Amino acid sequence: MAKLLEVEDLQTQFFTSAGVVKAVDGITYDVEEGETVAVVGESGCGKSVSALSILRLIPDPPGRVVGGHIKFMGQDLATLSDEDMRTVRGRQIAMVFQEPMTSLNPVLTIGLQITETLQQHLNLNKEEANARAVELLGKVGISDPDRRLKQYPHHLSGGMRQRVMIALALSCNPKLIIADEPTTALDVTIQAQILELMKDLTRELDVALIVITHNLGVVARYADRVNVMYAGRIIESGTAEDVYHYPRHPYTLALLRSVPRMDQPRKAKLDPVQGQPPDLTKLDKGCAFRPRCNFAIDKCTSNGPVLETIEKGHTVACWQHEKLLNALETA
Amino acid sequence: MSVEGMPQGQDSDVLVRVKNLKMHFPVTEGALIPQVVGHVKAVDGVSFDIKKGETLGLVGESGCGKTTTGRCILQLEKPTSGDIEYDSVNLGNLNRVGMLPMRQRIQVIFQDPYSSLNPRMKIGEIISEPMHVHNIEPDQQTRDKRVLELLSVCGLNAKFVDRYPHEMSGGQRQRVGIARALAVRPEFIICDEAVSALDVSIQAQVINLLEDLRDEFNLTYLFIAHDLSVVRHLCHRVAVMYLGKMVELADCDELYDNPMHPYTKALLSAVPIPDPTIEHKRKHQVVKGEIPSPINPPSGCVFHPRCISAVDGCSKAIPEFREVKPGHWVACSEV
Ligand SMILES: Nc1ncnc2c1ncn2[C@@H]1O[C@H](COP(=O)(O)OP(=O)(O)OP(=O)(O)O)[C@@H](O)[C@H]1O
Ligand SMILES: Nc1ncnc2c1ncn2[C@@H]1O[C@H](COP(=O)(O)OP(=O)(O)OP(=O)(O)O)[C@@H](O)[C@H]1O
Ligand SMILES: [Mg+2]
Ligand SMILES: [Mg+2]
Repeated sequence: MAKLLEVEDLQTQFFTSAGVVKAVDGITYDVEEGETVAVVGESGCGKSVSALSILRLIPDPPGRVVGGHIKFMGQDLATLSDEDMRTVRGRQIAMVFQEPMTSLNPVLTIGLQITETLQQHLNLNKEEANARAVELLGKVGISDPDRRLKQYPHHLSGGMRQRVMIALALSCNPKLIIADEPTTALDVTIQAQILELMKDLTRELDVALIVITHNLGVVARYADRVNVMYAGRIIESGTAEDVYHYPRHPYTLALLRSVPRMDQPRKAKLDPVQGQPPDLTKLDKGCAFRPRCNFAIDKCTSNGPVLETIEKGHTVACWQHEKLLNALETA
Repeated sequence: MSVEGMPQGQDSDVLVRVKNLKMHFPVTEGALIPQVVGHVKAVDGVSFDIKKGETLGLVGESGCGKTTTGRCILQLEKPTSGDIEYDSVNLGNLNRVGMLPMRQRIQVIFQDPYSSLNPRMKIGEIISEPMHVHNIEPDQQTRDKRVLELLSVCGLNAKFVDRYPHEMSGGQRQRVGIARALAVRPEFIICDEAVSALDVSIQAQVINLLEDLRDEFNLTYLFIAHDLSVVRHLCHRVAVMYLGKMVELADCDELYDNPMHPYTKALLSAVPIPDPTIEHKRKHQVVKGEIPSPINPPSGCVFHPRCISAVDGCSKAIPEFREVKPGHWVACSEV
């Protein structure tokens, strides 16, 4: 498979009165064509900011990408003019935001919003655009698409609006879709409908997908690969199987253990990740997880671990990953 | 066991009894002279009991009437028909003054910890206000002491007393909501999506807190949520609603091990399990279509247009909610 997206040492910071927030602090990863990569991690760890950085959508001020490279289909996105970047955003990389209501224009019909995008990016005339819009709505499972095109966003339910967003994202045949919590606002049955749909479409059209989510079940079901983030960094990455069955970072382990599981006997007590998330304005050169870590040693304070490959396709940033493996095996 | 074909015992340990509750909201059209053109049947004949010390889970798709049921119990809505009994008192018969002591015994924790806290009040004031209203701890000093106690019970540092809601994280704000509910020493708390907005690690902290408090103060909960794994962890019994109606009710383990209603089955199979090996093998039964409009609910069984087991009769006869096994209630003619 060919590399579609290459993120190298990306750093994004916010310059606030409280100090410099290192929201993304040097992350490196690739996405291959047609691949689904999930990004997980606790609230505030930099998932959304890293996605917005790829699209060059960080509000400046207060934010700025201060380092690193992003290559999309071999091209360095930083070198593009604003105009060319807009074309990339419309045609090649699409974004599905968390809250579909705020990303659809409430005063325009669904039809106008889709056909406008199509006309702009694909040079279709009005009729062609309309026909394509009907086709797209049908594809995302919206019945009676002709009638829906004439309706406004508030006429649709949350699940339908989210599907319209996906139709919009697909409208220009992108190579990559970035979906930030695409189903968090929806209930489980609609969530399942939408995710099955996205999975089918990525397979059918060979579209790559970066999906940001809190839902570890969703990751297990749909992701090929998982990036676990903590305090602006990727601290573990691998196939969903490797990361779930053989986690090598204490944070990954703690995260997996914190959720109740329907397939296992009920536990007397849940095991939350202890302690508080770190202050991103006060990061030092040590490992950011060490105050909450049961495996921490002196070295973790003096010297932050770097991401190393421990097996083909499985990387981890932890000095104690061997210890963790041993502990899990003896347990 | 049951009273008039309803899932209700006569036991003296029943704290909350909901009897054939209906809440129909009028739908109006016309700006100048609004006319009622129909009704949203948000809750349409729901009955259940909650025993003292029990946690009852209430689940179902968005819009099925969970919050409305909770609001009716709190008497924030005047039900179209049906009764709410609390500790054998019919709340519908109480006037405002009579309701006041009940408002102390029944508390609620909302989903959105941000909008449910007054942004201009300090955390200490937010927690002491309900004590003021209900004249609990009238002495300023003991009240301040109790605020600190409550913060500590909820795992919050004493320094938060002087902070404002916007200076706290989502998980911390949710704990303030819990501390405020506990301030008046309630017996019964309605938790409406109380942990839904939190990320998984903070969610686990808040769930543990709710469990500890339940044990310590012998609290009774109505736990409204859409995360079925969380409901299974926390609840003793679970009720499943669909489009204003109760479709299944059973002990927690029984419901998850042996779901009977096709909707409950679909709901459970839609929950992804955090294990890729299991997920890749599992068969997924996706419920087709959207939840229909509660203004014009389908005839017969309201679930029949989306049901994979529906037969001809399902579009005609309304299935009876009946006890198919001791304590296990289902509304489906095909069970
Ligand atoms: N405009 C901004 N100004 C200052 N800080 C910001 C701004 N936007 C984001 N941040 C900070 O950057 C960090 C990363 O934020 P981000 O939105 O990427 O988190 P996230 O991982 O997506 O969290 P969530 O799961 O809650 O969506 C946070 O600590 C946040 O407070
Ligand atoms: N005041 C009202 N006037 C008219 N309709 C209402 C009112 N309150 C609720 N409804 C309608 O009643 C139905 C049930 O709403 P309710 O909020 O109880 O659902 P819910 O099960 O809590 O859903 P969610 O999971 O999305 O919170 C919905 O169709 C809703 O639109
Ligand atoms: Mg985010
Ligand atoms: Mg609700």
